[in-house]
Amino acid sequence: MNTYELVIIGGGPAGLSAAKVAAEAGLHSLVIERDYKIGGQLVKQTHMFFGSEKQYAKTRGIDIASILIDDVKRHPDKIEVMTGTTVVGLYPDHVITLLQGEEYKKIKAEAIIIATGASEKFLAFENNDLPGIYGAGAVQTLMNVHGVLPGHDVVMVGSGNIGLIVSYQLMQAGVNVKMVLEAADTIGGYKVHASKLKRLGVDIRTRMSVKKAIGTTELNQIEIAWLDDSWQFIDGTEQRVDVDALCISVGLSPLSSLAAMIGCEMKFVPLLGGNVPIIDEYHETTVKNVFVAGDVCGVEEASSAIVEGYYAGLMVAKRLGHEHPDFAARKADYETQLDNLRSGPFGEKTRLGLLELRGERHV
Amino acid sequence: MFESWNKTGVPSPELIKTRFPDEEVLIKPKAITECYEEIPCNPCETSCPFDAITVGADINTPPVVDFDTCTGCGICVYNCPGLAIFTVQIKDDALVYKIPYEFVPRPGKGDVMHAVNRAGEIIGDCVIERVTFTEKQDKTALLQVRVPRELLYEFVTVRSKS
Ligand SMILES: Cc1cc2nc3c(=O)[nH]c(=O)nc-3n(C[C@H](O)[C@H](O)[C@H](O)COP(=O)(O)OP(=O)(O)OC[C@H]3O[C@@H](n4cnc5c(N)ncnc54)[C@H](O)[C@@H]3O)c2cc1C
Ligand code: SF4
Ligand code: SF4
Repeated sequence: MNTYELVIIGGGPAGLSAAKVAAEAGLHSLVIERDYKIGGQLVKQTHMFFGSEKQYAKTRGIDIASILIDDVKRHPDKIEVMTGTTVVGLYPDHVITLLQGEEYKKIKAEAIIIATGASEKFLAFENNDLPGIYGAGAVQTLMNVHGVLPGHDVVMVGSGNIGLIVSYQLMQAGVNVKMVLEAADTIGGYKVHASKLKRLGVDIRTRMSVKKAIGTTELNQIEIAWLDDSWQFIDGTEQRVDVDALCISVGLSPLSSLAAMIGCEMKFVPLLGGNVPIIDEYHETTVKNVFVAGDVCGVEEASSAIVEGYYAGLMVAKRLGHEHPDFAARKADYETQLDNLRSGPFGEKTRLGLLELRGERHV
Repeated sequence: MFESWNKTGVPSPELIKTRFPDEEVLIKPKAITECYEEIPCNPCETSCPFDAITVGADINTPPVVDFDTCTGCGICVYNCPGLAIFTVQIKDDALVYKIPYEFVPRPGKGDVMHAVNRAGEIIGDCVIERVTFTEKQDKTALLQVRVPRELLYEFVTVRSKS
């Protein structure tokens, strides 16, 4: 069985950033990615990112992916990348099972960073399995990776940043986004994104959601209705809308099952998106030498995933006896960047979620 | 003041005016930042070659433009990921805007287009005076548009007539 110093599971912004800093500190790592290319969520993002310039704000997501990939390529002797490979099992003593095509393999690692990101939540409603109903991620893959449009007349469910951004990308591709529905009282994402859509004439309706999908072999119509204070549909407010595609963007939940499998103590923290491993201030789980970074330990942004990746890479390297030459300065810098990114009202969820995760629930 | 902004993304007229200088200042082009919410973002500040926009140490602080230093160059317009900045100048009897534009086909010089307000409604006609689309703009075009004088607090973007 091959043994590696560090195995990083997931080649998104968090995993790639971790590999970079670990390599700078002198550590060898293997990055395992189930997709055929590395970059994670970033490769689907054609819009300019937010954040500060330190995390490549104003650069388009796909171009940030290229920057991170180039960083990794700069350390060919230190970083090995394995794509098209899924980690299917994590066992005590850091044994990892991989699925490559049809073939299962076993490797071992001294330390592991789990950076598997998050998966989309789906919404329960009648006929939600009709062809023409997609998650926002699938729509992005169709459009931005394969150049295929999901439909001509689309309704988006969910006004978080992802729902708003994907709606804008649909409009750019020439698709008519008829409306964006939001169950809550106010728009979930940044209002600057909502304003971009309003200017284009997109109807944004708060307190509304989809009740059922209508169609026999494919989607033709949806029934939408108003919601009351407890998010129950108000009878008699139903309206029908002709659509040929419906896009669901109602949030992400951390892909944390590998952490649970290896025995990390887990906690359900809705503010962080769902079930997450309990971590200490160094991003280490309750299983020694198993670290986490990025959306897998709390759904946030690429900006914070990058910094968390750097941070975890720095910590793992130190643990394995490769203290980074700039350890103290880097540590302080990454901590400041994370605090800064999370200090505003949109960071509140993460701030409170992390407190809750560490058992310091406050009022 | 934030009610309609939070529900629909359309800022109220009072909110809009908080980001405009007095009209006499607008005889020169100035940047208007329609970014009213605390979000972790600061490319406007870091991209301005004249240091005319301040976000500050806490990147969640909304930007503030120093109208004395702003030259109206328009660089921040295509660097803002929220497409929340434009420049405007009152010139002769019209308004000259520089706005960001991310749709194809891009209009050409001299094209007459619909003038559109923040709710997406058509409010008149406007004329494209210049289109810049260089490598460093990273795929966001900058349109210089001539707009009727009375649309000062109304106009925000253009829409093709076809
Ligand atoms: C539409 C949209 C817009 C966004 N806009 C912004 C923005 O403007 N600014 C911003 O900062 N952020 C933005 N984000 C968020 C950002 O993309 C994510 O927060 C970020 O990608 C998380 O990074 P990550 O590395 O944790 O996870 P991911 O990017 O999800 O990467 C995880 C990787 O792990 C791989 N993986 C998972 N499980 C396994 C396994 N078992 N074996 C092997 N590989 C595995 C996945 O294939 C994936 O490549 C946006 C996201 C979306 C969807
Ligand atoms: S228009 Fe030019 S000078 Fe004015 S704030 Fe923007 S970048 Fe700075
Ligand atoms: S770059 Fe745009 S969205 Fe970001 S803070 Fe500045 S004005 Fe707001």
